[in-house]
Amino acid sequence: MIHSLFIINSSGDVFMEKHWKSVIPRSICDYFFDAQRKANNNEDIPPVITTPHHYLISVLRSNLFFIAVCMTEVSLLAPHPSPCLSVSATLPTGQLSNVPWRRSGVKYTNNEAYFDVTEEVDAIIDKSGATVAAEIQGYIDCCIKLTGMPDLTLTFINPRLFDDVSFHPCVRLKRWESERVLSFVPPDGNSRLLSYHIGSQSVVAIPVYIRHNISFRDVGGGRLDITVGPKQTMGRSVEGVVLEVPMPKCVLNCTLTISQGKYTFDPVSKVLRWDLGRIDPTKLPNMRGNVQFTVTQLALSGLKVNRLDIYGEKYKPFKGVKYITKAGRFQVRT
Amino acid sequence: MSTGGSYSNERPPTVDVDYAADPASGSFFSTEFKKCSLDDNKHEDLKQMLDSNKDGLKLEAMKRIIGMVAKGRDASELFPAVVKNVVSANLEVKKLVYVYLVRYAEEQQDLALLSISTFQRALKDPNQLIRACALRVLSSIRVPVIVPIMMLAIKDAMTDMSPYVRKTAAHAIPKLYNLDPEQKEELIQVIEKLLSDKTTLVVGSAVMAFEEVCPERIDLIHKNYRKLCNLLVDVEEWGQVIIINMLTRYARTQFVDPNAGSEDDDRERPFYEDDEEIEDDETLAKRPKPMDPDHRLLLRNAKPLLQSRNAAVVLGVAQLYQHIAPRTEVSLVARALVRLLRSHREIQAVVLTNIASMSTRRKASGCKGEKDMFEPYLKSFFVRSSDPTHIKALKLEVLTNLATDTNISVILREFQTYIGSSDKEFVAATIQAIGRCASNIREVTDTCLSGLVSLLSNRDESVVGESVVVIRKLLQSETVGHKDIISHMARLMDNIKIPMARASILWLLGEYCDKVPKIAPDVLRKMAKTFISEDDIVKLQILTLATKLYLTNPKQTRLLCQYVYNLAKYDTNYDIRDRARLTRALVFPSQGHEDNKLAKHAKKIFLATKPPPVQQSSFKDRDQFQLSTLSHLINARATGYQDLPPFPEEAPDPTVRYVELPASFTPENHHKPSHPKKSKPQKMKSFYSDESSPEDESEDDASDSSSDSDSDSDSSDSDSSESSSDEDNESDSEEEEEEEPRFKRKVSGGSSKKRPEKHGVSQSSGSEDTDSSSSSSSSGSESSSDEEAENSEDSDEDVKKKKKSDREQRNSVPQGRGNRSNLDLLLDLDDTPPAMDTPLLTPSLGGLLTPSPSSQPSQPLPPGASIQPASAKFVPTVTQELLNRISGGGLAVACRFTRSPHLYSPRMTSVELSFTNNGSEEIRDISVGSKKLAPGMALHEFAGIAVLSPDTTLNGTIGVDFNDTTQPAMFDLVVGGRTFSINITAPIGELLMPLAMNEGDFNLNQIKLRGMNEQCGVVSLSSGNKDIKSLVNRVYETANLLQVQCSSNDIVKFGGQTASGKALVLVSLSLPQDEQESTISVNCEKMVISSMLLKEIKSALKRD
Repeated sequence: MIHSLFIINSSGDVFMEKHWKSVIPRSICDYFFDAQRKANNNEDIPPVITTPHHYLISVLRSNLFFIAVCMTEVSLLAPHPSPCLSVSATLPTGQLSNVPWRRSGVKYTNNEAYFDVTEEVDAIIDKSGATVAAEIQGYIDCCIKLTGMPDLTLTFINPRLFDDVSFHPCVRLKRWESERVLSFVPPDGNSRLLSYHIGSQSVVAIPVYIRHNISFRDVGGGRLDITVGPKQTMGRSVEGVVLEVPMPKCVLNCTLTISQGKYTFDPVSKVLRWDLGRIDPTKLPNMRGNVQFTVTQLALSGLKVNRLDIYGEKYKPFKGVKYITKAGRFQVRT
Repeated sequence: MSTGGSYSNERPPTVDVDYAADPASGSFFSTEFKKCSLDDNKHEDLKQMLDSNKDGLKLEAMKRIIGMVAKGRDASELFPAVVKNVVSANLEVKKLVYVYLVRYAEEQQDLALLSISTFQRALKDPNQLIRACALRVLSSIRVPVIVPIMMLAIKDAMTDMSPYVRKTAAHAIPKLYNLDPEQKEELIQVIEKLLSDKTTLVVGSAVMAFEEVCPERIDLIHKNYRKLCNLLVDVEEWGQVIIINMLTRYARTQFVDPNAGSEDDDRERPFYEDDEEIEDDETLAKRPKPMDPDHRLLLRNAKPLLQSRNAAVVLGVAQLYQHIAPRTEVSLVARALVRLLRSHREIQAVVLTNIASMSTRRKASGCKGEKDMFEPYLKSFFVRSSDPTHIKALKLEVLTNLATDTNISVILREFQTYIGSSDKEFVAATIQAIGRCASNIREVTDTCLSGLVSLLSNRDESVVGESVVVIRKLLQSETVGHKDIISHMARLMDNIKIPMARASILWLLGEYCDKVPKIAPDVLRKMAKTFISEDDIVKLQILTLATKLYLTNPKQTRLLCQYVYNLAKYDTNYDIRDRARLTRALVFPSQGHEDNKLAKHAKKIFLATKPPPVQQSSFKDRDQFQLSTLSHLINARATGYQDLPPFPEEAPDPTVRYVELPASFTPENHHKPSHPKKSKPQKMKSFYSDESSPEDESEDDASDSSSDSDSDSDSSDSDSSESSSDEDNESDSEEEEEEEPRFKRKVSGGSSKKRPEKHGVSQSSGSEDTDSSSSSSSSGSESSSDEEAENSEDSDEDVKKKKKSDREQRNSVPQGRGNRSNLDLLLDLDDTPPAMDTPLLTPSLGGLLTPSPSSQPSQPLPPGASIQPASAKFVPTVTQELLNRISGGGLAVACRFTRSPHLYSPRMTSVELSFTNNGSEEIRDISVGSKKLAPGMALHEFAGIAVLSPDTTLNGTIGVDFNDTTQPAMFDLVVGGRTFSINITAPIGELLMPLAMNEGDFNLNQIKLRGMNEQCGVVSLSSGNKDIKSLVNRVYETANLLQVQCSSNDIVKFGGQTASGKALVLVSLSLPQDEQESTISVNCEKMVISSMLLKEIKSALKRD
């Protein structure tokens, strides 16, 4: 059970606190600040800090630290905030129904269901350009604006592709296991219906390649030569390519000549960022790395949604599916 | 906000006069002023706002106060002013006051008591949310005086109608327990009651209360064990985590170790299983050891949760498998855990810690020949430069644990790239990992060693230092000396600055000084020079080296050694002084003590062979902690951590988990004889309850099934095999398993009313187990049916019968599908009426036009509950000619709409084709050729006629899905090589299917289908259609609808749905007395259908 919760902003102020059991003085956060000082950056702070009487569990989200104070054994990842009183004149309704993710009495004039299949390529590419590890992390996010209590069934052309999937609680697990069909009463609005993982065992085609040549000298700077090109994109263009090169601490500044896009160098975080935009296959961008990119209308794994059926309601919704491939944790080693 | 105004009143007049004119300075001062007056006056201001009688002001004040509380400022002095507002009628103000009370009630107990009566009133509020809210706040107020009130409130709430309030009651229990542990006994009674609750909303919280208050009372779980297992999937996420953790502990106390004696014979089977569970050979072969079915039940029900989106649930299941599953099954969880690695760093850290622990444990448990479960995911553990340092270290740990002789090359190559990283800590950890790999895997020791040696020339000092330490450890465990490496390292002494590395080199030189007799004394000489400036651990090692060298090579080093001792004697560190004194006494015995025994054996003492250090995972000692706990993560015993109990040697009595018979069910011994009588009403009831209430629920069912048949025959297979279990016992188990949870889900999605019923069944059959220990086949706890179904196979006939009846009953009760005959189920006629039960199917009985509603049981039903498919009340005998005997060369084809559901798909309309051979020769091979259908339509052809002899007529039935249009279905009829084009158009009335419903539902749905969906018309009735009966007949002839029983006499109502789209079609006819005209209204969401149907009915009624 969480005793108290403190929220700390990036400048290190406790700006919000909430106590459930008994009031714990905010000086408890000093332990956390100590750990923060020891760590090189915020990412390195250990998630659990042991103090003589309390355990501080810290979670970092969008530059805010959430510090949960526990005193006794908890099952990790499952701290139990008591349900907060929300400030609104209406009482919560979702908790009462058996379909807690959907409010009742939803009404739309245009019934629409959109599905975004987003795939992120996590890859490690070594010096020579060979892929060390590549996997795909995919999501199907849906934006569903359907009246009433529709019961949807989403089928895939090639459900065998999935290595591992996790679902929104609305998806009927058994139906998936037996038929490989997603059957669910969708939550209203935007939600992540499922996320899947296509592991490193299967072959993943990397849509870009990067040739680099980096050399550093101790005195007087070094040379950096990077070329990016598209690869195996099935005719789609690669867009929004961004290269991030974390530089060693000794680098003070970068002066570079680029053939396309623009670059920035952040002297604090020592990250060189090269914003390439779209890659034109005839003229390869060249800069004298992490990579980000987007390939729209393509799911790298080849996943395809087959059809969506709606049951339980009588209207015909507008349906749409969008495919995007993105770079996830895509790294090129130097 | 009126703050400014209120302050200006209190400002000293001088300030006002002096500075008011100058806006800049005025504002400056006023802010100053605000700050200093904050403590004294701001609260005054808030108090005034709270005292006002405007809700808006009060709300504003409360928001500001809560803001202060959240920021950690003290707002306690406002307590009296705030508490007054607890009676506020405004819900929002009230809620904020609640928040405030929870925070400060403890500090001002007397005043807080003023608010108690408000809560007590709110606890009786008709709104369940207000009741719950009041209970929550009441239990959060930490005022010991109100303990009895809280106790009463909890006891009241425990029996509340609303599950939400019961859930809140469960939440309140730990709070009360914390406030007053004296209440434990009473609270346990409440918990016991709540644990037996059957709603998913409550059980999670009830188990949490159990864990907080009385985790040792494991006996409370027995009765609820199966229920908890079965409900697990449907409980909300946080509840799942708690239940899984609790059940892990439960399983550890109640079941025997599934891994124990897995290599032994089955002789070790616990005694009870002999009569409890007779498995057939097949399953025995699969499993090394029979498991308690309840044990299996838990594992099976937890497994789907591995796909939860909640990391805590996945981790919970993973630890469940790790702790209680047979070793061979644990690997299931690997994939899900690897998936979690993609999420936030905190989750990554926790998951990696657990994976690291699991991988060490597996290695330790020594399952040889068995690949580690995480090995296929090796690449997922490769380190990225963007990972935080502690994640990197954990990944290294996992990689090292996973290293085997097959994948070591990949891992080593990976490690090599890590060494170039800029993160020093990480590089050091990598080198250590290499060392561990080298010592664990013999094959690569040499490669690793040479790799490490090459690192010695690295530019980075910390790399070198770390490698030296690792090499030292490796050399120590090596039997063969490595002279080159040692001399190489000795040369490095000049450059390495890291004390630990220097100390390591010195120690190595001393240990293997016999191998490098020339170098060692020279190093000692150098060291003696720099002795003073060395670090303490280096000094100690210099002493050791000196001693060892003196013992092996006294001639060269005697003086040096003495010199070092002298330096050490005056060192500032007492440790070094002590060490020097001790060793000097041993090596250079003082005068007169030369025959000291110790001195004689000095060589043995110092140059003894030392055992090589064991390089093992730092996760080894985490074994003692349960995975996924806080204690496991911090590797220390957290307050309140409970050890996971070891498996018992012999399983405790499993019968404790059997559930009592609910009173409503007949006990086992009376069961069989009474079965036919008993089961029938149940069937009826269940049928309704399934097709029950909200209209979309039944629609849901219908559409579900139609999707089944559309998409693939897979599901229909499983459907049929499930329900045909009477005939074919063995095959059902698997499919049934898949099928049933689907229902479960459906239940959860729909009305909650069904759930208790379902549990009634599971309990009843569970209890049958107690009586008839051998069969227990269907023990409603579905998941155990798998094994048990197999058991019962070899049991006697009697048991089989019993089982059959059980099964029938079970099928019938929760699912509503069970009441169909086997044939129907095989054909998957999900929502069409059972054809066997309808005598009206045959044309001869077509004229039997009993008013339909009379045949329906007229019992009060909830709205929507009555809507269900019915059979046709009239079957047209009129045929339509499709193929003339002249153009058909003697073959005449006519069609007739039979109004019976088509067997192939419920969306199809059955059309009976009658083929008559009017010629003189035999006609051979009649079949359907190519189909020319409009999009969306479908046609299921008839079987084909081989021979049609002259003057005979044969029938064939085709099914046409007209897709709710009157477009003709065109297809070719192939007759002995010739093709005839056939064109079937269905009258609009034939595209419908009758639905039985009560008047309430009719009206309800009619209201929904107003406006564009309603078509009205007036028709003057022909002379023959004046009375209701003939009118009804006319409508029946026109359209396949069913009359709805109606309270008033001058109105007739009909219900139906379109065959393909399942859209409701409602027809009402008003029959005013003594008038020639009748008003017809047709409601259907498909406007074309309603307008056409109106036209048809009109013309039918006009006809004579």
